[in-house]
Amino acid sequence: MLLAVLSGFLLAAVAPWLVPRLGAHAGRVLALLPVGLFLWFASLLPAVGGGETLLWEYAWVPGLDVQLGFLVDGLSLLFALLISGIGALVTLYAGSYLAGHRDLARFFVWLLAFMASMLGLVLSDGLIALFVFWELTSITSFLLIGFAHEDKTARQAALQGLFVTVGGGLALLAGFVLLALAAGGWSLSAVLDAGDAVREHAHYAVIAWLIFLGAFTKSAQVPFHFWLPNAMAAPTPVSAYLHSATMVKAGVYLLARFQPALGGTDLWVFTLTLVGAATLFTGALLALRSSGMKRMLAYSTVMALGTLTLLAGIGGETAAIAFVAFLLAHSLYKGALFLIAGVIDHETGCREVPEMGGFGRAMPVSFAVAVLAALSAAGVMPLFGFIAKELLFESALGLAAWQPVVLTLTLAGLVGGVAVAAVVGLRPWIGRPVTTPREPHEAPLDLLAGPALLALLGLLFGLLPGLAERGLLAAAAGAVHGQAVTPNLALWHGLNLPLAMSALTLVAGLLVAWRWDGIRKMLVGLGFVERFGAERGYDAGMLGLVRVAAWQTRLLQNGHLRYYILTTLSATALLLVYALVTRHAVIPPWSSSGVRLYEVVIGAVVLMAALVAVTTRSRLGAVASLGAAGFGVALIYVLFSAPDVGITQVLIETLTVLMLVLVLFRLPSFLGLTPGRIKLRDASISLTIGGLMSWLLLDAVAAHHQGSISRYFVENAVPAGHGQNIVNVILVDFRALDTLGEIVVLGLAAIGVYAMIKLRAEDRRRRGKEEPR
Amino acid sequence: MESMMALVVGGLYAAAIYMMLRRSIVKLVIGLVLLGNAANLLIFTSGGLTRGAPPLVPDGAAMPAGAVADPLAQALILTAIVIGFGVLAFAVVLIHRAYEVVGADDMDRMKDTDT
Repeated sequence: MLLAVLSGFLLAAVAPWLVPRLGAHAGRVLALLPVGLFLWFASLLPAVGGGETLLWEYAWVPGLDVQLGFLVDGLSLLFALLISGIGALVTLYAGSYLAGHRDLARFFVWLLAFMASMLGLVLSDGLIALFVFWELTSITSFLLIGFAHEDKTARQAALQGLFVTVGGGLALLAGFVLLALAAGGWSLSAVLDAGDAVREHAHYAVIAWLIFLGAFTKSAQVPFHFWLPNAMAAPTPVSAYLHSATMVKAGVYLLARFQPALGGTDLWVFTLTLVGAATLFTGALLALRSSGMKRMLAYSTVMALGTLTLLAGIGGETAAIAFVAFLLAHSLYKGALFLIAGVIDHETGCREVPEMGGFGRAMPVSFAVAVLAALSAAGVMPLFGFIAKELLFESALGLAAWQPVVLTLTLAGLVGGVAVAAVVGLRPWIGRPVTTPREPHEAPLDLLAGPALLALLGLLFGLLPGLAERGLLAAAAGAVHGQAVTPNLALWHGLNLPLAMSALTLVAGLLVAWRWDGIRKMLVGLGFVERFGAERGYDAGMLGLVRVAAWQTRLLQNGHLRYYILTTLSATALLLVYALVTRHAVIPPWSSSGVRLYEVVIGAVVLMAALVAVTTRSRLGAVASLGAAGFGVALIYVLFSAPDVGITQVLIETLTVLMLVLVLFRLPSFLGLTPGRIKLRDASISLTIGGLMSWLLLDAVAAHHQGSISRYFVENAVPAGHGQNIVNVILVDFRALDTLGEIVVLGLAAIGVYAMIKLRAEDRRRRGKEEPR
Repeated sequence: MESMMALVVGGLYAAAIYMMLRRSIVKLVIGLVLLGNAANLLIFTSGGLTRGAPPLVPDGAAMPAGAVADPLAQALILTAIVIGFGVLAFAVVLIHRAYEVVGADDMDRMKDTDT
């Protein structure tokens, strides 16, 4: 299993070496891996179709008890089959579509890496692994959208997709952490078992919203739908694979996956049905408003994703069946339609639907495939799309709350969907032949194999729904619903309300398709979409981000060391005040008991010396008083039972004073650089922080207990360390490694000092040489 | 006695911070030395003040007879003093070098990266 997931990455790693050697056969050879994976996943069908859940576990970080687990149930196997199956067809297709492209090897690296990430995403059992694969799909998608990196639009679209999906990914990570805490485990199995605990958890609403954010951004739900049509800057095979059949479904996969654990609450049903229905409607409207073939298909994908979100929200047995049926139907027909759009572009050079017409005569096979896929997309009997659409209506009718709103939006959206399918499936092929950049001719087998196979599967599953149902869909719907279901998929359900609604959308959709040119002009006339669309919000957000970054960089990175110090100190002081006030609100009382006169004198000397060092304008005076303060501190050490520290302090203080005197007198004398106002400000700041430190110390002393670590050192100095001076034993024995580190620091400082003095000497010598000239 | 030490430590901190906020780089160094002393005293005092009982074990005994001063705080400070001196030596030479190159000890004139 681990090999199955990782093989895509392995092949991606050798692809740059492999592709130039394979030449024109690169696509065909590389497609062997997804074909193999597809066959392997298909071999799991009997077990999973029979209701089993397979689990593979590998130790990942054994020390932290983290497992790398792979879970195969109906839902993840459905996705794995779609990913590897469509992946094989797309790899084959891309080998021909991009034949001779100079970056073909790079393309295959990313495509294969994406496929592996996507497989990892749908198969992962651990939440962390799922998140890692989730982000990997975002990154590979970014690289694939920006494949034509010399094109500015492609770069912008890639960045936009990355920001939106990775931003959602951050929310998702937070959601996963909370979810794992609520469920008490980091694996999907644990989360799905702890459904009641999660739904009743105090943070349920936060968890749900964070996961919604992740799913909505990935699956292009309103108001994050704008990145998906822009992602069409990618090469067509990528659009067909990532942006219709697989990656964008990751969001709805997540919703379906967590439905048994999180679903069923008012929040879940309300949010998902409304967002789903709104996305469905918006997608249909924007699809009719576009003219580029890929753009129309992209918006109709947004529409389909809205439908899936709606179904995940409704919940229950019928909706679960509808969800998996629609997922399968959509992947088949939308993959086919996208690939056909690529065929048209490749063979005629046309991208805009209004400029197409009459290609059917020159490209009869493509025409037939397009019609078949479009019929499934429109939900016409006897294709699989019809069954999915019937189930969708049945689920929407079963909705308790908000039924009129959701139903209206769904009906209106599906009318648009039928119209889009009709326009894409008929418009380019019939009518008078138009002049095109390239003479239309039939596409080669490599390009046609993929779409034809996908479209034929749509027909096969429509005619024999039991085949898909027994094989996998029953198990997949069971995974979405949380318990076993019996779908009983059939083409004919009798004369009932869903059938009437289906007929209504068909008729209305065909009418819209017939009058499409006029309707499109009218929709384009509605300028508010540009002015108030969600993309505007994204642009404004990015601009604001840049402005805030510039402003805070100017504020914080101002190039003055003293302001950096000031910022750091103020932040520390605030934290200190917070801790002191919240934990020990009272300042400990002043105690002068047991103070001896000479101790007070020494303390006063230290303070006076510090004051002189600060205020004097003479450098010698400052250094001398610095020394006085240091010797005073040494006396304090000696008085309070620390003879070793006292001796060291005296030595070091002597050296410091000598060094300062020697070096600083080569520097200019002090200048009065600062106005009095600022001096006053600095003085008050330093006095405040000094006072805080006094408070902290009083607090620390009041709470002092000689800890167990110190007692250990005292008791073991002689028996374990064989030394009578406990401080020395600590330094050279118990904490010898620290002392070694100290010696290293001193050595480095010595090397630095030596190097700088040497540098200076060389400078001088060079200057000496230059001067005579 | 701890109250008086708190006063001394606070005063040293205030003096150190005031010096570190000056524009003259020499004053910054003086501030650094004062800051080191203040921090060491803080740790020393919070380890508890004990008169006349250094952490030494008498000849022939396995451990000190009575309570002794906290040896851990002393060991920490000992390390800190020595490291502080190493850093100071490096800083002083660095400043001197910077002064030679830039020709000023005003930190506002040391902002350019190319001289």
